Amino acid sequence: MTTATAAAATAAPLAPAPKRRRARGRQRTTLAAWGFAAPFVILFLVFLAGPIVASFFMSFTDMTTRDLRSPLNVEVVGFANYIALFQDPRFLHSLVNTGVFVIIGVPLTMALALLIALGLDKGITKFRTVFRVGYYAPVVTSIVAIAIVWRFILQPDGLLNAFLAVFGISGPNWLQSTTWALPSLILMAVWRNIGTLMVIFLAGLQGVPREQHEAAMVDGANVFQRFGHVTMPALRPTILFAAVITGIGFLQFFEEPFVMTQGGPLDATLSAAMYTYDQFGFGNYAFASAASYVLFLAIVVLSLIQFRFLGRKD
Amino acid sequence: MTAVQPVTDATASVIVPPAQRRRRGTRPRWWLYVVLTLGVIAMIMPFVWMILGSFKTTTEIRQYPTEFLPRDATLDNYTELFGRLDFATYFTNSVVVAVAVTLGNIVFSSMVGYALAKLDFAGKKLLFGLVLVTLMVPGVVTFVPLFVLTANLGLVNTYPGLILPFLITPLGVFLMRQFMLSLPDDIIEAARIDGASEWRIFLRVIMPLCGPAVATLTILTFLGSWNNFLWPLVVATTEDKYTLPVALALYSVGQNAAEYGLMMAGAVVVIVPVLIVFVLLQRFFVQGIALTGIK
Repeated sequence: MTTATAAAATAAPLAPAPKRRRARGRQRTTLAAWGFAAPFVILFLVFLAGPIVASFFMSFTDMTTRDLRSPLNVEVVGFANYIALFQDPRFLHSLVNTGVFVIIGVPLTMALALLIALGLDKGITKFRTVFRVGYYAPVVTSIVAIAIVWRFILQPDGLLNAFLAVFGISGPNWLQSTTWALPSLILMAVWRNIGTLMVIFLAGLQGVPREQHEAAMVDGANVFQRFGHVTMPALRPTILFAAVITGIGFLQFFEEPFVMTQGGPLDATLSAAMYTYDQFGFGNYAFASAASYVLFLAIVVLSLIQFRFLGRKD
Repeated sequence: MTAVQPVTDATASVIVPPAQRRRRGTRPRWWLYVVLTLGVIAMIMPFVWMILGSFKTTTEIRQYPTEFLPRDATLDNYTELFGRLDFATYFTNSVVVAVAVTLGNIVFSSMVGYALAKLDFAGKKLLFGLVLVTLMVPGVVTFVPLFVLTANLGLVNTYPGLILPFLITPLGVFLMRQFMLSLPDDIIEAARIDGASEWRIFLRVIMPLCGPAVATLTILTFLGSWNNFLWPLVVATTEDKYTLPVALALYSVGQNAAEYGLMMAGAVVVIVPVLIVFVLLQRFFVQGIALTGIK
């Protein structure tokens, strides 16, 4: 920058003043800007970026509770933690459970949220706020508190089975059944996440060009054709975004099994995040870090897949 | 719909009176109301049941078949919660932590957001890139080293230990930056010409215009902190530092798990304050979600 200014100064003797002033101005704003950024940057490095990097290195060591006060004395073990992880049937089982949770939970949540958003967007003129608040309420509440309520709802003599009894169905002991425990938690997660996606879809639907919709109507397109040819293409970026954030959220599946089933019965609801937490609790810090990086990798891979399939332009 | 169909929008405004036009396309459909109302009832049923349950005795909750309304409503659960179980302390802890976290996020996110949105400086792209990357890293990744760090700083079971890791969030920075980008540069230039310093511009010109963004950030971080569970569960090791979700989770396992009425009242204490805040501020909130979500 200094050489450029100097060159400009020799080339056009009348012009240099403003340029140099701008260069000095830029230096001054750089200083001021880092002044604004400094508190954030320090906290960011210490409490976010630092731990992310540290976790990565820890996953290649043998760190346990005994190294808590002297983390630098640990020994490097290479990929031993990762190899051990993939030889642990419990970890593999937790990955399968997390996979089932994501594969069923994410599309189900998205489909229901989209249907509700479409209904609210076009068909509802009165009480819109009431509907919005109602569908959104589960999102703002503490998962721990809500998990406790659901535990009662899912009991053998709980509200859900009382409801099913009206139709003559005798419901199972949801949370104690190896078959039904995971579906129960999926049901709960769907209930809890519909609101977020509904709002995102509602915002996305506002971007759907109204003229195209009306033009399609004039051409005699039915409601499904209009959805497929007008709404869907315009909504594609929103759907991709929703799929990615829901995927990330569902892969981190933790609080529900923690409060409701402790991962049981017989590890039927053990998730990868729950496994990581268990290992942390046992003091296997390095092992827990490795598990968390496997989960992170899974999140990156899932997001890439979603970008690949949903992000393409037609 | 089978009647005269306007060919284009331009002709439509000529042919059809405005009021009539608005009605077309948004014709109320009774079946939609029915379906969506049933949906809303299903969504809020757990809350209704929880609130009703908190006024029931444990015996009444357990009895089968389930009765919906409490037979003799009682406040015993609440008096026991705040008396014997000391939920007042946990409530205070939750408020202290959530307020500190919220203030930190507003101050630090606004400052760095201003720099990223309106100032030109070396390293800007790198800084914003890092913020975006960390936005996608799941919390579980930082968990173990963060605990090691907190332990080494001697902050386990302290307020700073509960608060410090959450004083900044990439999402907060992202939100403030996106909002500030939409503010016109002219007002900043004008203030600069008048000789105002960058700090003065930030405090007197920019921040007063950031009301909607600050409101959104406040709600998001306050609720996030209020409902945070995993970190306080690990860092708060004695009862005097428990936050509400931690206390509730720990009381709801083991022998206390049988005390249904008490658990329901505990859930109400955790949930209802934020539900009230949400209902009062839901307009900002829903906008904010759309704002952070779509950009």
